[in-house]
Amino acid sequence: MLTRNNIASAVLITLLGFAAPCALAQKMYDTGASDTEIKIGNTMPYSGPASAYGTIGKTEAAYFKMINEQGGVNGRKINFISLDDSYSPPKTVEMVRQLVEQDGVLFLFGTLGTPSNTAIHKYANEKKIPQLFVATGAAKWNDPQHYPWTMGYQPSYQTEAGIYGRYISQTKPDAKIGVLYQNDDFGKDYLKGLKEGLGDKAAKMIVAEVSYEVTDPTIDSQILQLQASGADVFVNVTTPKFAAMAIRKAYDVGWKPEQFLTNVSISVASVITPAGPEKAKGIISSIYGKDPTDPQWQNDPQMNDWRAFMKRYYPDGSLTDVNNVLGYAEARVLVQVLKQCGNDLTRENVMKQAANLKSFDTGTGLPGILVSTSPTNYAPIRAMQLMRFDGKEWVRFGNVIGQ
Amino acid sequence: MEQLLSQILAGLATGGIYASVALALVMIYQATQLVNFAQGEMAMFSTYVAWAMIQAQMPYWIAFFLTVGISFVMGAAIQYFVLQRIRGQPVLALVVVFIGLLVIFNSLAGWIFTSTIQVFPSPFPAESPFGQHYISAHELGATVVTLVLITLLWAFFRFTSLGLAMRAAAQNPVSSRLVGIRVGQMLALGWGLAAAVGSVAGMMVAPIVFLDPNMMSGILLYAFAGALLGGIDSPGGAVFGGFLVGVLENLLGAFVVGNELKLVVALVVIVGVLLLRPSGIFGSVQVTRV
Amino acid sequence: MMASAPPRLLSVGMPIAVACAAPFVLSNYHIFQLTLVLVYAIALLGLNILTGYNGQISLGHGAFYAIGAYVAAVLMDRFGVPYWVTVPVAGALCLVVGFLFGLPALRLEGLYLALATFALGVAMPQLLKYKPFEPWTGGVQGIVIVKPDPPWGLPVSADQWLYYFTLAIAIAMFVLGANLLRGRIGRALVAIRDHPIAACAMGIDTARYKSLAFGISAMYTGVAGALGAIAVQFVAPDSFTILLSISLFVGIVVGGLSSIGGAFFGALFIEFVPSIADQISKSAPWAIYGVFLIGLIFLMPMGINWAIRLGWARIARSLHAAPAQSRSR
Repeated sequence: MLTRNNIASAVLITLLGFAAPCALAQKMYDTGASDTEIKIGNTMPYSGPASAYGTIGKTEAAYFKMINEQGGVNGRKINFISLDDSYSPPKTVEMVRQLVEQDGVLFLFGTLGTPSNTAIHKYANEKKIPQLFVATGAAKWNDPQHYPWTMGYQPSYQTEAGIYGRYISQTKPDAKIGVLYQNDDFGKDYLKGLKEGLGDKAAKMIVAEVSYEVTDPTIDSQILQLQASGADVFVNVTTPKFAAMAIRKAYDVGWKPEQFLTNVSISVASVITPAGPEKAKGIISSIYGKDPTDPQWQNDPQMNDWRAFMKRYYPDGSLTDVNNVLGYAEARVLVQVLKQCGNDLTRENVMKQAANLKSFDTGTGLPGILVSTSPTNYAPIRAMQLMRFDGKEWVRFGNVIGQ
Repeated sequence: MEQLLSQILAGLATGGIYASVALALVMIYQATQLVNFAQGEMAMFSTYVAWAMIQAQMPYWIAFFLTVGISFVMGAAIQYFVLQRIRGQPVLALVVVFIGLLVIFNSLAGWIFTSTIQVFPSPFPAESPFGQHYISAHELGATVVTLVLITLLWAFFRFTSLGLAMRAAAQNPVSSRLVGIRVGQMLALGWGLAAAVGSVAGMMVAPIVFLDPNMMSGILLYAFAGALLGGIDSPGGAVFGGFLVGVLENLLGAFVVGNELKLVVALVVIVGVLLLRPSGIFGSVQVTRV
Repeated sequence: MMASAPPRLLSVGMPIAVACAAPFVLSNYHIFQLTLVLVYAIALLGLNILTGYNGQISLGHGAFYAIGAYVAAVLMDRFGVPYWVTVPVAGALCLVVGFLFGLPALRLEGLYLALATFALGVAMPQLLKYKPFEPWTGGVQGIVIVKPDPPWGLPVSADQWLYYFTLAIAIAMFVLGANLLRGRIGRALVAIRDHPIAACAMGIDTARYKSLAFGISAMYTGVAGALGAIAVQFVAPDSFTILLSISLFVGIVVGGLSSIGGAFFGALFIEFVPSIADQISKSAPWAIYGVFLIGLIFLMPMGINWAIRLGWARIARSLHAAPAQSRSR
């Protein structure tokens, strides 16, 4: 019967029916998130042999400070807790446990170092804590099937080395390759990718594999060994300090191979200039972002945004250090993920949004290289472009590979 | 054959680096009977000071000598303010103090100057000498500087009364006081001298290996090995030891075990030599009466 | 007769009681940290036997810690051996390796032994990365270990169980060490340290005891390494750099050489002071650590353990003196 009471009840029930989903779309939080803040955990080597990378953490902290001053993300301030692990895996385990169990962070972001991240890999996945955008190029972070809570960021070393391997077998099939590599996960991953790129001719083409330790003072002996092996292609898998030494020494001893340099060491200011620009002429490398010291980005508006940010929020940071661009880019991607989360700040949703980036432009990537992820693809940046140093600057050539 | 020669020459060049730091280590030992584990970090810090001056447009040689002077004062100050207080303590406690100094200098350098690698200029010309390409002009120049230093120091210790007083104060402080030597001053002088030598070593090394707070950590072990191999109480021996270690390292890595075990084998060889001659090749054997 | 040390009940009984009760009031994270403190304490006791009691300087004990850790990891991961078996195996292996290393070390004294052990500590990571060993050691990637679950369905967390397991082993090792050091062997070691020639003249086989000291010390550190690996659940060459060896050395000096309690204080120092330093100064934490280090040596050059003993002796003296004074009035 359509009495007034009945109609009122019907209206009430209908309204409740609409309200219920709205109530469900209300705020949802896991530990570390609230109405006012989002707690993020990070470990960086601020001391020890890898302390040069600590500046990435400082850049990220500065970026979050800027975001907070602009009102935060969806009204929430970012509380970025970054601890020093001295690049020592046991320390990383301890610091991460502190961040998760003591400080109660919502998730981990940008933790640096392959051994460091390997140490907490299982822990993060067991406890279902997102381990986002780890700052290492190891290939194993792109494994959503077994480790759904871990995601990398930069193109993996194996991807990059594979590009060089394929390029060499296409352009110089009878090359004799000599490889100088750092005796750690970075160097060994590279070697693996190179061999994969060369295919089954790898064993024949690679005539010398020479390693060095990060603690070695010089690598002169290694360069001489490579020269003596008769190699005419030199794959230079070194970190900046050693890259500069290798480029300089190879030139000085009169060895003029076709040289491939890892993307980690392409900085004009930190590597090429100390080595001597004329000695680096002809070196091939690849890139996915903009080198801040490359003259062609001098007036690029997005890079100028970065420079303005650095001057205002991280004045001690070097404007020639590409690490500071990396930190900026990663922070921007993270803020995008947080924006996409809206009011649902559960760990599950954070991970879901991280795996749902659609062609996001960090502003520091090469034209056409964007950040994309999906539930089956946890490699945010996969594409790189080859480039050659012409004595003054890096000149890109060919197509963007791997998009 | 040519590769053998090139590896030996490259080894001598690297050995020159070890020799100069080994010299600083021996200096401290001669002056204080202690091995200063913080020597490398102090040298690195001095080099940063020089770098800062050069960045501020100061000419190279002025910055160089100013840094040597500042390092001298820094070394003497450390002896006076830090070490004097714990003079009589067990040796192991002193070693821990050195370790403390080591981390302090390393951390301060990273904080003040940041950890980004920097280029340190070389006073020597850029073209390789005599048209060959095994040793650069700088490496040759650095070696020459080390040899000149060592000659000066040897002459100082051997022929001047001040040098004699310093040696006496280090080896026998009690008797030295009895003959009127101001032991405290001598020790401060010794530390200052060692810090100054260290700063020269740092400024010679930095153009080759580039300047960063961890520049010296790899070198220190080899310098230490070189100093002990040659004899910790013999400056000439230490320099010889440094060159020997450099050549050995290269030869072993290139021809014997490959680079992946170079560190292990080089150190096994060093320890082996020490087993045969425990006081080093040129060191004097301490004979104690029972 | 005045007591120069606090009574056993206080110095031993109380800490053990506190240690047993601790896991019930602390969070899993703090229990994890305490487990590490116990691990370091075992390692430091080992190093103390060699350097403190026997006077042989070792700046490379991290190498033995690494061997112990890798033994545990390899056995658990590659061969499925239960965790509690790996600990004595690690100890036994390190006993042998340490003894063998101690043999050539007999010829080296003071500085030269310091260099040789320093070299061992520096070379260890490279040895661990060596390619032919990779199928076992996992190369640079290291080995991930699964934390053992509490047995018999006990209602404790994995962290708590591991803590008690480590505590039990620590107590056992300390009791063993105390018996060793207070008995004939300990006296022989100290004699060799202080007056090697007199010791020899008294009939002590110096060579045998010195090598034995190396072996026993390595065994302790190896056991600690195995326990540490299980606690951290990961081993990699980068975990065992020369920094570890130096930290251990710093630990025994700061804690107190030639003392058993010193191992515990040293462990507390090396576990917590770096974090405290980090909180004081984010930009130069190790500089603060260095200042702490130097300050401690200034104030307590013989180590914390001895400072406490001195303090206790003073208190005891003033307590004894007071009644005498009132009597003389």
